[in-house]
Formats: sequence, structure tokens, C-alpha cells
Amino acid sequence: MSDHPTTYVPKSAFGKWFESRLPIAGLVHSSFIAFPVPRNLTYFWTFGAILAFMLVAQIVTGVFLAMYYTPNAGMAFQSVEHIMRDVNYGWLIRYLHANGASMFFVAVYVHIFRNFYYGSYKAPREVLYILGVIIFLLMMATAFMGYVLPWGQMSFWGATVITNLFSAIPVVGETIVSFLWGGYSVGNPTLNRFFSLHFLLPFMIFGVVILHVWALHVPGQNNPTGIPIKSGKDAVPFTPYATIKDIFAVVVFMIFFAWWVFYIPNYLGHADNYIPANPAVTPSHIVPEWYFLPFYAILRAIPDKLGGVIAMFAAIAVWFLMPWLDTSKVRSTAYRPLYKQFFWVFVAVCVLLGWLGSKPAEGWYVVVSQIATAYYFIHFLVILPVLGFVERPLPLPNSILESVMGVQKVGAGMPAGANAAPQSKG
Amino acid sequence: MLESQVAETTTHVAEPTRRDFLYIATGAAAVVGGATLVWPFVQSLAPDAATVAAGAPVEVDLTPIAEGQIVKVFWRGKLIFIRHRTAEEIKAAEDVNVASLRDPQADSARVKPGKAQWLIVYGNCTHLGCVPLGQQGEYHGWFCPCHGSIFDTSGRVRGGPAPINLPIPPYTFASDTKIVIGQEATA
Repeated sequence: MSDHPTTYVPKSAFGKWFESRLPIAGLVHSSFIAFPVPRNLTYFWTFGAILAFMLVAQIVTGVFLAMYYTPNAGMAFQSVEHIMRDVNYGWLIRYLHANGASMFFVAVYVHIFRNFYYGSYKAPREVLYILGVIIFLLMMATAFMGYVLPWGQMSFWGATVITNLFSAIPVVGETIVSFLWGGYSVGNPTLNRFFSLHFLLPFMIFGVVILHVWALHVPGQNNPTGIPIKSGKDAVPFTPYATIKDIFAVVVFMIFFAWWVFYIPNYLGHADNYIPANPAVTPSHIVPEWYFLPFYAILRAIPDKLGGVIAMFAAIAVWFLMPWLDTSKVRSTAYRPLYKQFFWVFVAVCVLLGWLGSKPAEGWYVVVSQIATAYYFIHFLVILPVLGFVERPLPLPNSILESVMGVQKVGAGMPAGANAAPQSKG
Repeated sequence: MLESQVAETTTHVAEPTRRDFLYIATGAAAVVGGATLVWPFVQSLAPDAATVAAGAPVEVDLTPIAEGQIVKVFWRGKLIFIRHRTAEEIKAAEDVNVASLRDPQADSARVKPGKAQWLIVYGNCTHLGCVPLGQQGEYHGWFCPCHGSIFDTSGRVRGGPAPINLPIPPYTFASDTKIVIGQEATA
């Protein structure tokens, strides 16, 4: 926004009056209508809009569920069944919210891996990226607390296991855990405060998302080449190009979302959560929801209690350091043939860790988890720094326009492919 | 400006283009999609199946209700008075110039034929909803202590700020000694 002075002039008398008092129309215009967007963005760049849509969807479905849900240990499970059976379209709202959480994480993982591949975390987008990691942490906290609310077996025992993690902290650990619980074990006080915080956190996420979009609008979007916009023809105005592309992507994503909601609404969940919480019986196979599985595998890979907790938090903490661990001068992996291979190995290792998280901590699963965990940290702490120095990247294109249109032989080096973009902004 | 100077130099949008069609089609799809999305949420606010089931008609046995007694029951969460009226109360209710009432209604219109001793009315004052006190007030019907509304032995408003008579709920006699509140007479 700093290099794009507002060109917005209100047309109506009311518009002029209002704009001089609260220039929100000009802000919307400069941010989402006139804003220059690289012309070579792929559909991987629509996941920001998809995530914003999912946040609103979760808040709306969640607010409606909160009208019918009772956050009391004696009534929570039954109130969820009441929603499913008695409330008009309650089953739909519940399935939208439960599957919506999974969809939210699908989109966020695509978004994160897009950032890793194209170097979107690198200067000058470090703060933008760090805000994103903060959003991810808030999402994990929100999702964890949300899963406790139905008060099924998995809700109760997942809460027990995860809150017990904090007892690994020396000296103050046990006290912290009793404060989290509000008692001597997971119980009604725990459920009540988790409900309150689960309602609160999405609005915190909303606030950080606003900061995230604001931080984005300073340098503008990254793009598949990793080189910045150099002249007007490299970019197109946000509206209609990015607007329509985002809307289209959201609609396709909604179809994907709808497929889960209407055909397999319980596939991503765990059958044991349809059993009311029983503090006397632990399910034979406690697993968190799929989106936590890689971190769960890392936690269990370390045989020491405190070590496992530290490793699990470190697995996300290391993301904060990405802009400085990656020493490559080249932003986009498209021009880093050696790193590209390591990137896909990393993706495979993450998927493997996810799969291992769903398996019992026995036999060869343990050894493989340890190897995969070691490789995970080696990728960040060794491969990323070293490769930046050692690798020979491919030559970058001269401009974004050139990467899209190809080098044109017509005229003194000026690309001639401008006829398709009459509305490019300077 | 002379008409001859008005030449056709600018392209006139005379025929709709494909783009116009796409805009209209997309807009229409968005409106229909939006309405379809909103509908279940709005419907979820309506009384749910359990509440509707709990709102089914209730049977009340009249035999334990002595003459002169007023009994309170609930149907759909609302209070209902069942008053077993004495002969004097019935006479007082009938001997009224109906036209002089704030909410003109004959007593016969407020009871079932042949069952004038049974007055069944909603138990909230029609002013602002307080529960009025039975056998009190000038007419010995009801008196509302909140703002001073006075009802007679037919539940009609006779004084105070209440605008209308105590309404009659739907009910029918299943037998001489049993009523079903919530159900009008079956054919």
C-alpha cells in the first residue's frame, strides 16, 4: 500500500462526505480492486481466500452450534445428539463445523507448503510469514479445544493426554496442569473454560488475519518466479482477475467440502467419540485428529517425556526461523533444481510422519518415527542453510511478463505480448 | 449541438454480449446459492423436534377441582387458569352490558356450550405479562398487582391498563370431567 497512492474518488455526494470522515471505500479500492497482482499467479495463490472463507464458515456454523450446545460435563454429549436429532438442520450445521475444521487444515497445509516451495517467507515478507505461523498455532489450539466439547471418549482422553504434556515442565509443570484443568483431573471446569476459549480464539485469529493481510499488502504477493513486479505489465489489477479466480477457487473448494459433509461426514473423525466420556476406561487406540498426527508422531518418537514435548513444540518453533535458516539468494524453488528434490523428500517425510502418528507406538513404527523426526529437523537445520551456499540455481527470467509470454523477438527487447492486458496498472 | 454532428463514433452497447450473460448468470447463481446456504441456518432457529413434541396437547382431569377453586397448569410453557366457577360467579359474568366493556365479549363466547362452570384462560395479564391474583379485585375475578389491572369472573378486563381480556387457549372436552388443552374440538 505504501507505493500505491489511492486513486479512488467517490462518485456520490454521500460518498465524498463519508470518505472524508472514514476512508474505508478508498482502502477497499486500493487493497482489493486496484491492487496490482502478479499476472502469473497459479491456483496455489487462491488458498488465502479459501482460508478466509473457511474462517468465516467456522465462525458462523460455530455461533449457531453454540445456540444449541450445553458446555456442562453432564449434558454436553447429549446436547450434541440433540443437535443431530432434534434441531432443524442441526446435523448439517454440526457436520459443516466438524468437517470444516478438517477443510481448514487441508487449506492451511497447502498454503504453508506453497510458502515453503516459492520462498514466500523470505525478505521482505518475514513478518507476514511469522504472523501466519502464529495463526497456525491459534488454529491448533482452537481445533484441540473444539474437539473436547462433544465430551466423547476421544474428547476426554485427548484432553487428558495433551494437558498432561505440560506436567513435563520441571518445577511448575504440575501446578500449570491443575490450573489448566481447574481441578485434579479433566472435568467440568475444564470443559467450561475450553468452551469459552474455543469461542474466543477464532476472533483472535480474525484479528491476526487482518494484520497478516495488511503485512501482505506492503510488498504485495509473491509469485511462482520469485522475482518482484518490475513494471506495470508484470501485474494485473486485483479486480476482476484475482477476485474472480478466488471466487471460482472457493466454489470448487466448497464442492470438495460438500463431498465430505454429505457423503462421508464421519470418515475423518473417530468412532470412539460417539461413546460418552468415561474416566475409568481409556480407548485402546488414542489418536488426535489427522491434522495433528505428524506432531503426535514426533512427540512419541522421543523416548523421554520432556524431550518429546520439547521436540513437538520445536517442530513448529523451527518454522519461525525459516526466513533466516534459508540462505539461498533465489526465492522460488522453481529455479533451485537441487533443493526441489529435497523439498519433495520433505513433503514425503511429513506425510510419513502423519501416517506413523496414526499407528500404535510399537515395533518398527518407533524406529521409523525416530528416523523421520531426525530427518525433519535436519531439513530445517542442516539442508536449508547449507544448500543456499552450495547450490547453483537456474537463471531467473528478466521479468514476470517474460516468464509468462516468453522472450519476444519483436522490437528492441520490449515484450510485444501486451495486447492481452489493456488494464495493467503502472 | 446540431443533429447532423451527432455521429455514431462511439460504440453503442446495443446488443447484450456474452459477458453480460455471464454476469447475470453468475449473479443469479450467487443469489440462489446464497439463499440455499442461509435457509438451513434460519430454519435451525425454529422450535426443534423435541420442543415441538413437548408442545403436544395436555389432558387435565377436572374431578379434583372444587367449586370456586382456580387451578394452574402449563401448556407450551404458558400458564393457564382453570376456574371451576360458582353459580354467583357465572351470574355476575353474564349480567353485564357487553357493549360497555373495553374488550366487548359475551361470557357465553368464552366458555364451551353447557359447560359455563368451567372458565379456562391464559394466566398472564394482557398488560405486561404478570400473573394476576385470583378471587381479588372489584369483580372478584382477578387483580394484577403489577399495575392494577382488574379482570372479572369471565376473565374480561374491567379496569387498569390491560388492553384486552385474558385470552382463551384452544381446548376441548374429551368427557364431562376431562379436557384436552391444545386441541380444538375434533369433528
